[in-house]
Amino acid sequence: MIESLNVDSIRKKFPILKTKINGNDLVYLDNAATTQKPLQVINALDFYYKNFNANIHRGIHSLAEKATKEFEKTRHLVKDFINAKSVKEIIFTKGTTEGINLVANCYSKKFLRENDEIIISEMEHHSNIVPWQMVCDDKKLKLKTIRVNENGELDTNNFKSLISNKTKFVSLVHISNSLGTINPIKKIINICKESGIKILIDGAQASPHVNIDVQELDCDFYVLSAHKMYGPTGIGVIYGKSKILNEIPPYMGGGEMIKNVTFNKTSYNEIPYKFEAGTPNIGDVIAFKEAIKFINNTGREIIHKYENKIKDYTLKKLQSIDGLKLFGNAKNRIGVFSFTIEKLHYYDLGLLLDAKGIAIRTGHHCTQPIMDKFKLEGTARISLAIYNSIEEIDYFIDSLNNIIRK
Amino acid sequence: MKKIDSKQKEIIEEFKILDGDFEMILNYLMELGEKMLPIEEKFKIEENIIKGCQSKVWLVYTLENNRFIFLGDSNTAITKGLLSLLIRIFSNSSPEEIINSNLFFIKKIGLNRFIGTQRSNGLESMMNKFKIFALSNISKNE
Repeated sequence: MIESLNVDSIRKKFPILKTKINGNDLVYLDNAATTQKPLQVINALDFYYKNFNANIHRGIHSLAEKATKEFEKTRHLVKDFINAKSVKEIIFTKGTTEGINLVANCYSKKFLRENDEIIISEMEHHSNIVPWQMVCDDKKLKLKTIRVNENGELDTNNFKSLISNKTKFVSLVHISNSLGTINPIKKIINICKESGIKILIDGAQASPHVNIDVQELDCDFYVLSAHKMYGPTGIGVIYGKSKILNEIPPYMGGGEMIKNVTFNKTSYNEIPYKFEAGTPNIGDVIAFKEAIKFINNTGREIIHKYENKIKDYTLKKLQSIDGLKLFGNAKNRIGVFSFTIEKLHYYDLGLLLDAKGIAIRTGHHCTQPIMDKFKLEGTARISLAIYNSIEEIDYFIDSLNNIIRK
Repeated sequence: MKKIDSKQKEIIEEFKILDGDFEMILNYLMELGEKMLPIEEKFKIEENIIKGCQSKVWLVYTLENNRFIFLGDSNTAITKGLLSLLIRIFSNSSPEEIINSNLFFIKKIGLNRFIGTQRSNGLESMMNKFKIFALSNISKNE
């Protein structure tokens, strides 16, 4: 029996939740955009700058040694968090967007040739569309998209039909940021493996909400962002199989990523450092460790159980509202809900809810192709996290009903 | 004929009763939007759209005796309310008066947040559009 989460004690760890917005208690329902940070993350950043700020990996003095150690500790925690084989497979980036850009560029440079095909899906975030379009333009590759059905689920048969002997790479979102759909990535990865296709999984939305085991998944790349999982902004992770990481060229040139530099020839550092040119965002990587510890200590099973409960509760409440239309009705989903309200523009709704202290997102959510598919300019979207309470959902639903009735 | 500044002062007075309450301000803006003179559907075309990020705004004008008459609409109620304020302020003004105007009412009625950093807000682009119309008509007169 999985223990129940005490949401009150979780909420106390997030100082921002005490904020008043337009005279009301903040109800933060924009977690798919970014999550709030627990005090231990904020304190870790503060403590780093006050006590052991130094540049890492090169210095021999005590501060540099301490900073390097703490920085590398995060890499170990990330490795365990996604169950990678080795810390060499963990590359720090600025975020998921940089992660996808790095893989698209470096992988295509080494392995993709004219007329090769890449497959993404209709529900991708712009950051998993545009980097591939750029690479396709540059190298004359072809980009194909997997169809999404009216419930917002991936059409896996359509995926199979898209595969040809030219297909070399698949880049797919684990959980959709606009529909909430959890994609059957294990199934897709298996199909890729059978055909010798490499696959990247965009885990930006998945990392705080579901278990990730990259060895069990057997994906070639998995990318995520720290700020979507209670960590700082400006930090992301690429997991990549070490064999491929060793084969592909570096992304940027500079310090840290080299072994030896002369004007005739430069040799590159080993992975993961080969991909980490320049001084990284040291303080935030160190603070990211606390976000992972927060998740681990709260207990991933306990978190998932609570999130499922509040997701089901919210879904039922939303479905009971007249004139509300949900986009994305996948069976397997997380607490991300995109909807429209009859005769009420999402922009007006967003502002009216804000006046009541409720933060939601409105617009196309950086997923214009899927909006076009559903013939929408945009939607209102709420997205839940571990600190959202039933009381908050009730308040949101009441507020929504009040606004609609006016 | 009321000048731009005195119309702004009138609006500031009108908003005083709302006491800076954001929800009441939004509701009042929506009311103002609803009361706005409708624009004919044939004018709701791409060329007349002011590009904002999340809402569509149409603005058209006629110029009679060097005085502007504006008509507009928006697909969002709050933006429509904001537009109605601008139309009220700028209508019956000359191009020169619009170009030389300074919109101080926005700050005073608690609508600061609609200006500046948020790309979703169309207020700034709306304000610019009035000035662009004014500018283009000055050059025609010369």
